[in-house]
Amino acid sequence: MAPLKLYGMPLSPNVVRVATVLNEKGLDFEIIPVDLTTGAHKQPDFLALNPFGQIPALVDGDEVLYESRAINRYIATKYASSGAALLPATPSAKLEVWLEVESHHFYPNASPLVFQLVFRPLFGGSPDPVVVDKHAHELAKVLDVYEAHLAQNKYLAGDQFTLADANHASYLLYLTKTPKAGLVNDRPHVKAWWEDIAARPAFQKTAAALPLPPPPSA
Amino acid sequence: MAPMKLYGATVSWNVTRCVVALEEAGAEYQIVPIDFATAEHKSPDHLARNPFGQVPAFQDGDLHLWESRAICKYVARKHKPDLLREGNLKESAMMEVCLEVEANQYTAALNPILYQCLVSPMFGGTTDQKVVEENLEKLKKVLEVYEARLAKHKYLAGDFLSLADLNHVSVTLCLLATPHASVFDAYPHVKAWWDGLMARPSVQKVAALMKPSA
Repeated sequence: MAPLKLYGMPLSPNVVRVATVLNEKGLDFEIIPVDLTTGAHKQPDFLALNPFGQIPALVDGDEVLYESRAINRYIATKYASSGAALLPATPSAKLEVWLEVESHHFYPNASPLVFQLVFRPLFGGSPDPVVVDKHAHELAKVLDVYEAHLAQNKYLAGDQFTLADANHASYLLYLTKTPKAGLVNDRPHVKAWWEDIAARPAFQKTAAALPLPPPPSA
Repeated sequence: MAPMKLYGATVSWNVTRCVVALEEAGAEYQIVPIDFATAEHKSPDHLARNPFGQVPAFQDGDLHLWESRAICKYVARKHKPDLLREGNLKESAMMEVCLEVEANQYTAALNPILYQCLVSPMFGGTTDQKVVEENLEKLKKVLEVYEARLAKHKYLAGDFLSLADLNHVSVTLCLLATPHASVFDAYPHVKAWWDGLMARPSVQKVAALMKPSA
């Protein structure tokens, strides 16, 4: 089977969201670079894949998809019998809730935080403290809800690792590399959940593949 | 069997997103109002239904859910699975993309417009025209993509009505109540798609529910 093609910048957390699931499924894939700094995402070639001009996009044979969460659901469904089962055999309403919670509560705060604290410096800028404070404050409230939930549930949808947990991994990885790592690490159940995800062999493969610059020497 | 319960007020387009799904699915349900004026949404009872203290929340027997789109999906799966096309990988994959696009592209641009034009004035605030203009431009870019798609297909995910189309209804009904409804006029296929949705009895019923009382 030809490797799946994942279009985007390898460091982009939404691209890594998909790489996470591809690796959980043990699938062969290649990342086809789409250089945002040269506006490649707004060129006709890429718009033919994603008319909204955003990364990632996925090509699997004839199938062309975009929106990382839709891509992940497709992979989890089509390759249900490969690798880790990310969707239960009987659809779970609780899983759907936590997929939405990631998208509408976690991501809107984690994304600007990671952009300010990880990506702005990578491109020679510095974090905007007002934006950082606002989203750190909001994410703290969100993660309080997660803390209470994870005190009663090993994973977001219950006893099993599912797509809901996998969809958080890329932003959790980046967040825990910033000065705001305490948002995760100061909450014992959130911390334990993150450490469990980070220890998964498939996720270690995903993290190891990230072309992150080495940390500044002490 | 007890009817499903949807908690929230019909002024909220997140609540009425679920009403559209419930009506299309022909489910038996009741709307239980939650009074924001008395901070009922932050009461322990309501936080037990939705730990983020928001509406909607939903109950079907022992099952308690929140997040409007998760509720819509549950209702569709239970009562009208054809809206999800889960047996067909290609169709359901496209539908899932369109569900994400509704949330992340369409409603993401509409929310600030609706907030400025409808919500802020309700609380004695002003309408920030700059925010409205910026988001109208974003919305137009989304509508351009929709126009191209709907020129080829009757509905967003293909030639079949899906939950993706229905999830657009509540926010679009609210757009009609702002001075910016005419933004659709430049996109004839989008307009036709919307007119088709408006003609559905479920949508008519929700439109009537959302009208402020005289």
